[in-house]
Amino acid sequence: MSAPGNFAIPERGPGIWQPKIQGIVCNWCSYAGADLAGGGRIQYPPDIRIVRVMCTGRIDALFVLKAFADGADGVLVSGCHFGDCHYLEGNYKAAKRMFMVKRLMKSIGLDDRRFRMTFVSASEGAKWGAVVTDVVNVIRELGPSPITEFKKQ
Amino acid sequence: MMAEKKKATTKKTTSKKEDTKKVAPVKQEVKKQAPAAVSSTTQQGDARIGVFICHCGTNIAGSMDIEAVQESSKAIPHVAYVDNYKYMCSMPGQTVIHKAIKDHKLTGVVVAACTPRLHEPTFRTATKDGGLNPFRFEMANIRDQNSWVHMHDRVGSTDKAIDAIKIAVAKAALLQDLFPKSVPVEKAAMVVGAGVAGMQASLDLAAAGIKTYLVEADTSIGGRMSQLDKTFPTLDCSQCILTPKMVDVGRDTNIELYTYSEVHEVEGYIGNFDVTIRKKARGVMTPKEAEAKGIVGGGCNGCGDCETACPVVKPNMFEVGMKPRKAIYINHPQVVPLIYTIDFNSCVKCGICVTACGPEKRAIDLEMKDEFIKVKVGTAILATGYDIFPIEKKEEWGYKRYENVITSLEFERLICASGPTGGHLVRPSDGQTPKRVAFVLCAGSRDNTGTGKPYCSRFCCMYSLKHAHQIIEKIPGCIPYLFYMDIRSFGKMYEEFYYRIQDEGAKFIRGRVANILEDKKTKNLHVMTDDTLLDRPVDMEVDMVVLASAVQPSADTNRTRKLFGVSCSMDGWLLEAHPKLNPCGTTTAGVFLAGVCQGPKDIPDTVASAEGAASAASIPIHKGEVELEPYFATCIEEKCAGCGMCVNLCPYSALSLVEKDGRQVMQVTEAKCKGCGTCGGFCPGGAIWMNHFTTPQIVAQIDAFLLGGEQ
Repeated sequence: MSAPGNFAIPERGPGIWQPKIQGIVCNWCSYAGADLAGGGRIQYPPDIRIVRVMCTGRIDALFVLKAFADGADGVLVSGCHFGDCHYLEGNYKAAKRMFMVKRLMKSIGLDDRRFRMTFVSASEGAKWGAVVTDVVNVIRELGPSPITEFKKQ
Repeated sequence: MMAEKKKATTKKTTSKKEDTKKVAPVKQEVKKQAPAAVSSTTQQGDARIGVFICHCGTNIAGSMDIEAVQESSKAIPHVAYVDNYKYMCSMPGQTVIHKAIKDHKLTGVVVAACTPRLHEPTFRTATKDGGLNPFRFEMANIRDQNSWVHMHDRVGSTDKAIDAIKIAVAKAALLQDLFPKSVPVEKAAMVVGAGVAGMQASLDLAAAGIKTYLVEADTSIGGRMSQLDKTFPTLDCSQCILTPKMVDVGRDTNIELYTYSEVHEVEGYIGNFDVTIRKKARGVMTPKEAEAKGIVGGGCNGCGDCETACPVVKPNMFEVGMKPRKAIYINHPQVVPLIYTIDFNSCVKCGICVTACGPEKRAIDLEMKDEFIKVKVGTAILATGYDIFPIEKKEEWGYKRYENVITSLEFERLICASGPTGGHLVRPSDGQTPKRVAFVLCAGSRDNTGTGKPYCSRFCCMYSLKHAHQIIEKIPGCIPYLFYMDIRSFGKMYEEFYYRIQDEGAKFIRGRVANILEDKKTKNLHVMTDDTLLDRPVDMEVDMVVLASAVQPSADTNRTRKLFGVSCSMDGWLLEAHPKLNPCGTTTAGVFLAGVCQGPKDIPDTVASAEGAASAASIPIHKGEVELEPYFATCIEEKCAGCGMCVNLCPYSALSLVEKDGRQVMQVTEAKCKGCGTCGGFCPGGAIWMNHFTTPQIVAQIDAFLLGGEQ
């Protein structure tokens, strides 16, 4: 079965790996944009779980690392466009931290494509759909997180 | 195996909660003075959460297995009760929550339904009515971010809903009683932009007894509407109905008018905005300003002697550059306030105007500097309006290349009795009266080529019909040809107006104009299109072309919106809080939108939206106080190392270092904190407690998904 959008609906069932993607998004832009995608019935894969914070500035680098340590296959942080932050500049500060996370991931041998920060505004429902679709496609390509695999051994 | 795993998860969550136990007492102390909570139990191991799953008719139930979601929810740690209902937001749905809180001694409520951005207030009230603190409520979004976007993946969306509930329950189990703080609201409002929207909003606010600061960038109020000749479909004269309003605004004692000014800086929050207005140097003093300088009986009285004397000639932009003005000027004779302005970009400071003004008035000050005025307001309305899309970008229509191609705004000025030609429509090339005029509708609107605007500018169809009528009325024998895609005449008496213009003899050709070519000798124009009704190509020679150009947000909109923290859509129009149910509000509490800055509107809709915005903006002012969401930061002093990193991170200067028990610790000024959490996201010692978005809560959410998510 296929759905509109750049993805196919995968086979689901016991024993079949599905990516676990942790989304942490800001209330004012990306969460609102994700809601708008809903209103517009824009279809995207359901393999992401959202935690809402007021601003991406709230996101401690440790939250991202905690998600990976817990076995997330991917993490998506999404906030307002630069210059559009509801709290003036929280997203700049978040972006700085997120670059640090990416560097850290590289240095421990974790593919940094598993982590992404995007900027989706409250009016970009279609973009939200495209972003999630792309994140899910990339994670499916990369496969299960090596951390989960390592834990199994 | 499964049971074991579940146990393990529970253990982990509990251990996390023990962490919070150490932290929580600090919070409790802080909140001691707050009114006693109905249930003050700290949410720890004994948390009892009720989960309520909404079907939203078939909106949710149609895309997932509600039974499976309910069954799985029962197994989530801390869940004491699970129920589902067709419409949780309905009264019976809310009653289910009330009853369950009492019957099952719940300490927290999770509703899995639509989005918190829609119904969080509803269910918070329901939670409160059930006897719990309203902040003991958490929402799982299983509609807008689930059933609606995964309509063809039933298994996937069911799994996602279960996880969303797990995440919400994990947070709900750690939620604490919070008490919103009330702040007084300044009994004053600000309106930015004095077009018809800003004027109407100001008049309404002033009539409601609210001191209103009206800030306008131009030298006069009136906006776009003052440039129009007639208004559709009633054909009453735009100036005739607008100028009395302009005069009212100028006279109202509750309205403080700042023309030739802009908003320079905005600080604060709903109820207490500190706004700095930059009053640009206009080089001419009002009688009031002159009196303040000791020139009794002086100041500008609008006599115009200076203008006559001024030697510098510039195009008058109010007349779209079709009429000259001097370096010292007024836009048109009916301006409010009737005060001249010096355009310092073109003034040569020769001083002739100073002499012409005379020793009594002494109104002109060539050395005037910009002034910065600080005002305090409770709420603000943005009414920044629109500009005409630069239609020369659509090169195929030859605007600015061919003399006889004009925009509809130029047409308005040409046909207006007070315009540059005294109301005679003439060809710019030779001054002759045209006999065949083509109107190109959707010029730059509904354009997906990337050059124009994808949206419908909404009022061009109607004003083009009006233009056709004006031509037929004023120039006997002249035929208007309207090249259109669709005629969108959607308003009251609009369709009837369309029929009337058809009967009057206007010609309608359905086809988007592909190209316009100029006859070099006669300066006539050839309009090329495909008549899609007759299915044949058209090459029509006309004397003049009027482009019904698209509209776009006014030039300063982007700067102004950023000052007030208002978002915009992809096209730059300011973003309303909800497109249907809150079209005047924004996501910044206390800031409202009026008129076209929110999206293209005709005059009736603009005035209606202005009245709506004025009413919305007056509510907090009349209430006298507003509740702020208690999401502010607090410092856990025993963890704070006093490094001061957070102090510099805070965009609102809400944090400072203070000396306590012989060491430096951070202190939060609650009134300044807006709860973004930027400090909390950074603090290396984890010493900042962000209410309602605490680190233990967020970590519990992540754990609930990733560790408790395995079925």
